[in-house]
Order: sequence, then structure tokens, then C-alpha cells
Amino acid sequence: MPRKCGNCTNNAVLKRPKTGDALCKDCFYWAFEEEIHQTIVDAGLFSPGDTVAIGASGGKDSTVLAHTMKVLNDRHDYGLKLILLSVDEGITGYRDDSLETVKRNQQQYDLPLTIVSYEELYGWTMDAIVEQIGLKNNCTFCGVFRRQALDRGAMKLGATKIVTGHNADDIAETVIMNVLRGDIARLRRCTAITTGADGYLPRCKPFKYAYEKEIVMYAYFKQLDYFSTECIYSPNAYRGYARTYIKDLEKIRPSAIIDIIHSGESLSVKKDVKMPQQTVCSVCKFVSSNEVCKACVLLEGLNKGRPRLGIGKTHKERRKWEEDLAEEASRLSLHNTAVSGSSDCGQGCARDEVNGCGSVFVGADEDDVNGDGRRNGCCGGTGSGGCGTTQRENRMPAQKVITARTTMRNLLDF
Amino acid sequence: MDSNKFTSAGAAHQNTTRQSNVDLKLKLNKFKMLPVTVEFSGGAELLCGNVKKHDVDLPGQQNKWQIRNLLVWIKDNLIQERPELFLLGDTVRPGILVLINDADWELMGELDYELQEKDRIVFISTLHGG
Ligand SMILES: [Zn+2]
Ligand SMILES: [Zn+2]
Repeated sequence: MPRKCGNCTNNAVLKRPKTGDALCKDCFYWAFEEEIHQTIVDAGLFSPGDTVAIGASGGKDSTVLAHTMKVLNDRHDYGLKLILLSVDEGITGYRDDSLETVKRNQQQYDLPLTIVSYEELYGWTMDAIVEQIGLKNNCTFCGVFRRQALDRGAMKLGATKIVTGHNADDIAETVIMNVLRGDIARLRRCTAITTGADGYLPRCKPFKYAYEKEIVMYAYFKQLDYFSTECIYSPNAYRGYARTYIKDLEKIRPSAIIDIIHSGESLSVKKDVKMPQQTVCSVCKFVSSNEVCKACVLLEGLNKGRPRLGIGKTHKERRKWEEDLAEEASRLSLHNTAVSGSSDCGQGCARDEVNGCGSVFVGADEDDVNGDGRRNGCCGGTGSGGCGTTQRENRMPAQKVITARTTMRNLLDF
Repeated sequence: MDSNKFTSAGAAHQNTTRQSNVDLKLKLNKFKMLPVTVEFSGGAELLCGNVKKHDVDLPGQQNKWQIRNLLVWIKDNLIQERPELFLLGDTVRPGILVLINDADWELMGELDYELQEKDRIVFISTLHGG
């Protein structure tokens, strides 16, 4: 016989990982929803009148998020206009199926749905990109494109906030990954409940303290309709290791997940990295912290048949690219300052900037664009998008590294 | 004479066989099959040919069926690929949730739970896309 609920006389259905409490279905629903409410209130995530775009991938997290946002908006009179926003990466047999789930959610939750596609925004589907570049770096493209696609879609809808389904397990994983990489800049920000501002839409994570176990149990008991398959293009090995580690820790001591998040939050880091200036991409006119946004650089590579150049490991090819870009830039008469870079990398890295930490950061970027997204890699179920901070945070160290190698500071924003 | 001997030996053999069949039947009655339902979702079904629901009869055995035995049986009989994504050591891989008759197995004794007829055991992977 199962244990009794700690709150009432019903049978318990779940042992809460955070507290060890045994709760029945109804008490669990209430506790789960009200904790999310508390998170929202404590962090002041929304204001009445906000239009909130819910990044909806059809996966478990974003499905439960859409449901919970609707419940709380009604129960607590947030006064929010909620919209489902999905990104169609153009992955046959994966995203088309999960979008069917989102379309059902639209009906089930009676929320408007907008789908933006890579094809309409960039002229390329992920299928076409993979055909061109193979399976090695496709997640870099997918991650960069998705981040911008979600912003563009949300802006098109007149949204004032974006919410994503990142949960406590995801954030703990990201903390561990950033510790292992020694990526101070991102470590400092990856626990933030809201990221973006200065032209980007703020992105919030109402599930920041919600355990994956509870999200999945909630979906199971409520019989919420979600889609669960790995993206056919991306096993994200690095996140996979962090994930296994976190799950092993949770098994031994369930509070470990929250403890890791708290550790990440309480890290005090010297504020030595300047935020980049916000500007507008000279190619696509979308908000960017550099002359040409990363999406445009990657896109240029695709369209010119040199897709690997936006990625960062093939130095020889990149140099050729830099020359091309320099030529183009002078044609456009952009003001590019030649920067000779031998300054400190800004990350406390003692190694030679060019050969040492440079490759670390560029490499990290590659993995990380999707790394801040879902565990399965970039495409792994993520209309809910990568960690909102990915692109910009990474620019700081990455850009410095690049300046050591090139004179084209503004165009080469890898 | 020789052939006679042979025949009687054959008859004796047949008798033995008949006898052991009876024994087997008795045994089967004593350890009868245990019908349970096993379900996979959240992506775990991908490990067993994308079939979510399995009504199975667990073979009779001398000891009671516990979840720990069921896991091994599942690995041998239902899992078609990458068993390491299901089982790790003698238990489920961390990140796979287990429900026994719709209750968290952590409330039910986990591996030690003794299976009853018609029990419904659900495995939900949390390791697949969000
Ligand atoms: Zn209760
Ligand atoms: Zn651009």
C-alpha cells in the first residue's frame, strides 16, 4: 500500500525530490503550481498587460509550462496575454511531429499559436543545412538561428516577454558545464532567472527551481500531451555527461540540484568583463551586439558555400573568409579598427591567448550555443530555445580571442 | 528377445517422460504465471520497438516477483536496443521514473516491491528532449 499524503487523507502518489514530502495528486498539483507562482512573484517576472510568448517545442517542459502559465494567469489574475511560439527548424520526422503536438496544445489550452520557420527567416531548413555541412557542427547553426528566431517571432507578435521551459535540472547541468569549462562569464549569468534586455526581449525561466521529476510527473498525472524524441541530428555529448552526473547526484541526494543552483547564484565574480554595446546588425537590421550578428555570419557562410567558416575550428579557411569579409567591408566602407590583440583574455586564463584559451572559448561556443538549450543538443526539443544568454555572453571572451587573430574586429563575431 | 527388451526400455522411458510432464504441470500450478502490465513513455518506449504498452505474463518462479527481478526480465525480453539507457547495475538508470499502479516507486519500496497480479508498472524517461 502506498503511503498517505502528508497533507490530507488521500494516498500519496509522489515523493517530492526537493523536500522528501509524500503528496497525493491534488496536493502535488497545488504545491507545484504555487511554487511556480512564488518564483514568478519573488522575481517580479511579469507586469499586468505583458504579452508573454511561451517558447513551445511540444516537449515536456514547454508543454507543462504552457499549462501552468495558463492556470496561474487565471488563478492569480496576472493580466497576461499568453501566446504559444514555436520554431520550425525544418527537421523532417522530428520537428514536424513535435509541431503537431504543439498544434494540439493550442487547442487544449485555447492559446494562440505562431510558428516561425528557419526556412522563412533564413532561407535554409536544418535538413538543407545538414545536407551541406554534415552532422558535425549543425548544432551551432541551429542554436544561433533558434535564439534569434524566437526573438523575431516574439517581436512580430508584439510580445514583451519570452518564457522558456528550462528547469532546475537543466540549470544545474549548465552550472556544472560552465564550471568544467572554466567559463566564468557564462557561469555568472547562467543562473539568472531573467536574461536579455537592452533591445532583446527579456527571457524568463519560471521553472528555474522546478525539478524535472516533478514536471514529468505533473505531465503524467494530468495526462498532458507531449512529444519526446531525440533530435535526429544531435547527440550533445558534453551536456550528456553533465546530465548523467546531475542525475546520479540526485539519486544520492535529491537536494543536490537546488544546492548546485544556489552555489551558482552565490558565486561572486570580479566584474571585469564589459558588456558589449547594443547595436543593430548591418545586414539584417536585427538587434545585435556586433556590427554583423552571428546568425548573419553563419548564413553568409552557408550561402557562399563555406559553411564551416562561421564555426571556428578551421583556421585556414577562416583566414580566407576574413580576407573576403575585409574586402566586402571596405566596399561597404565600414569603419573597422585594426586591433592587435595581446591583451588578457579577460577570463583569468594564463595561457597564450591565441593558441591556448582562444581555442577553448571558440570551442566552447560551438558546443554551447546548443549547450544552453536542451540536453539533447540544440535541436533536442527546443522551441523553448537555448539559454537566453548564450549568444551575447559568449561574445565577450570569444570576441577578444578573435581580435587576437584578425584585424576585422566587427565582422568576425564568433 | 532383444527387440522386446528394447521395447520395454522405450516404454519405461515414455513413462518417465509422462511422469516429468505431470511434475512440470504441478510445478507450473504452484508457480503460476503472473500477469502484469508494463508501460514505457517519455522516450523510453524507443528502446522497445516504440511499443508503449506490454501486457505480459511473467513466468512462475519459486520466489515472489520483485521489481528487481522484473527489471532483469524486461531487459532480457522487452528491450531491443541500448539496454544501458534503461538499466544501470541492478536498477533503472537515474532519470527514469518508475510508477507502480500510478504511485511513485519511491513510496513503494523501489526494488523490493513485490509484484501482484494485474499490477501496472510505468517507466517514464526524463532523459529525452524537453
Ligand atoms: Zn493530499
Ligand atoms: Zn544579422
